[in-house]
Amino acid sequence: MSVTDRTASQAPEDPAEAPPPEAPAPEAPAPDTPAALARGGVTRPRRSATWLLTVGLAVVLLLLTLTSAGLGAYEISPGDVLSSVAHRAGLGGGELARVPESVLWNVRFPRIVLALLVGASLGCAGALMQGVFGNPLAEPSVIGVSSGAAVGAVAAISLGLSFLGTWTIPVFAFVAGLGTALLVYATSRSGGRTEVVTLILTGIAVNAFAGALIGLFIFLADTAAVNQITFWQLGSLSQATWPKVLAVLPCAVAGLALAPFYARKLDLLALGERPARHLGVDVERLRIVLVLVVALLTAAAVSVSGVIGFVGLVVPHLLRMAAGPGHRFLVPGSALGGAVVLLAGDLAARTVAEPAELPLGVLTALFGSPFFFWLLRRTRRRQGGWA
Amino acid sequence: MRKRRGWLRTGTVPPGPVTTGDVLAEAEALRVRLGAREVLSGVAVEARAGEVLALVGPNGAGKSTLLGALAADLPASEGVVRVHGRPVSDWSAHELALRRAVLPQSASLSFPFPVEEVVRMGRAPWAGRPEEDQDDAAVASAMAATEVTGFAGRPFSALSGGERARVALARVLAQRARLLLLDEPTAALDLRHQELVLRICRERAREGDAVVVVLHDLGLAAAYAHRVVILCAGRAVADGAPSEVFTDRLLSDVYKQPVEVFPHPRTGGVMVAPVRGS
Repeated sequence: MSVTDRTASQAPEDPAEAPPPEAPAPEAPAPDTPAALARGGVTRPRRSATWLLTVGLAVVLLLLTLTSAGLGAYEISPGDVLSSVAHRAGLGGGELARVPESVLWNVRFPRIVLALLVGASLGCAGALMQGVFGNPLAEPSVIGVSSGAAVGAVAAISLGLSFLGTWTIPVFAFVAGLGTALLVYATSRSGGRTEVVTLILTGIAVNAFAGALIGLFIFLADTAAVNQITFWQLGSLSQATWPKVLAVLPCAVAGLALAPFYARKLDLLALGERPARHLGVDVERLRIVLVLVVALLTAAAVSVSGVIGFVGLVVPHLLRMAAGPGHRFLVPGSALGGAVVLLAGDLAARTVAEPAELPLGVLTALFGSPFFFWLLRRTRRRQGGWA
Repeated sequence: MRKRRGWLRTGTVPPGPVTTGDVLAEAEALRVRLGAREVLSGVAVEARAGEVLALVGPNGAGKSTLLGALAADLPASEGVVRVHGRPVSDWSAHELALRRAVLPQSASLSFPFPVEEVVRMGRAPWAGRPEEDQDDAAVASAMAATEVTGFAGRPFSALSGGERARVALARVLAQRARLLLLDEPTAALDLRHQELVLRICRERAREGDAVVVVLHDLGLAAAYAHRVVILCAGRAVADGAPSEVFTDRLLSDVYKQPVEVFPHPRTGGVMVAPVRGS
């Protein structure tokens, strides 16, 4: 389902004039009349699938939040968590004792919110990038946008810059990520599409160069900065604080709020650049805006927790399998799914090896890389080799 | 003119009424360069409402380039292309989409959308306009006309070449633009579906649309086009009714292959066949 169709071998024309219509859904009346089909033949089951998924993901997210808030070195019961939240929201409930209240609001909740923001940003950025590149393997970490953003962040840390306050690192990450995204976009496409090989190879080149720059900045940095960078690079959320949340909030929220407006146009872009233009899409503008949005989201994620790979690859893919490729669900759905995955990942990272903590980036790569490998193999099989 | 809705479209001019005979697309002294090569050197054509115009000619004559220029895909290096009376550069992409629909030579899709959703993409230009109410009807009738209703729920990527071509055509028809630009719509199709597609072209012309269609099959062009433009090496060498412009000498010259044109023994229609040794 994920293959770009241009190289797919042409199946012989079906000899049967009109293949028998698929088994009619029980509730769909007379599914072979054109009018009935247009009214909902395909879209009705699809729509209920997206509804189910949305509700399901939201429920899972709430449960995970509750669990995540309660679990850890200091356990807090879900009832207490709810009671404390209700209290703060002015809906009754009651304040907890000093220690659990502080653990909950100064340690757990900033971390949870940060995980949600980073996860939503990564998932959404992946979905957008795949749409823009017309390639289901595109993802900020695969093509090097994350590393580009990381260069900006490392530069800010290494040079000890803080002239923009807590926003210094996100802003640097954004500028560098945007530059990288534009560069990759400009160089890796031909005829409106990006071949898988070009994409991956461009990613290798960009990642290598970014790696070198990061190495250079680490070389230039003093010991304290080196420690900070190393810690940050492992992709952990353990240093979460409210100021950190505030630092990435603008980037993440701006990106997440803008993205859904371009969903319908991304659907049209799947037809190719020219057909999209024929349908009234200002393709040039769409590209620029979306590359900007991807850079915003990537910067938000990277400036908190280093390069966390594959979330943007795995989440949109699974959702596409479950609910089809329409971006109107895929873009917001991937944000929701990304948040779920990252929150679950972070919960696992800090609980499986208690009291030690696994780096989150290591964990996502551990699961994400085999998935990526499987995708690559499947794509190659469908295309009959890379040629 | 209807009142426009939505702040995003305030600048968009909705398409006006069209009457038969109106020139919906025209090229004047059109020159187009692709790289260093001049592909079109001074071509003039007019596509009128109510008419099927076929562009024919040998490979590399510039048929697709001309269609691309009429579609505003390719810029004119000299001359002018007008759509609905205004130079194409004066229209926004969205305004053009309300006026003309384009069928590209090959249809591809990056993601496996189901057939019906692909056809529905043709309705995108009308989103937020009063015509949006016709979406379902336009999609249904386009799918019925191209005989793709039977596999409306299948993913596009699972279709054969001919089925894809018909789905792409259905998308173009669903757009309900008054000017249709079709680049080799019959290339991947069997005999029956070739006839079907050209009957659809005639039907649209009868309803007052202008249809420009690139064809390789001169027999199809002779049977279905009201007017034919023969292109050769970047120039239009003939423009007129098939019965007037299809002559043994001209076609043999243009295609560098002996061709004979003769009346069908029963119907008297124009038949074109290469001269073959027996």
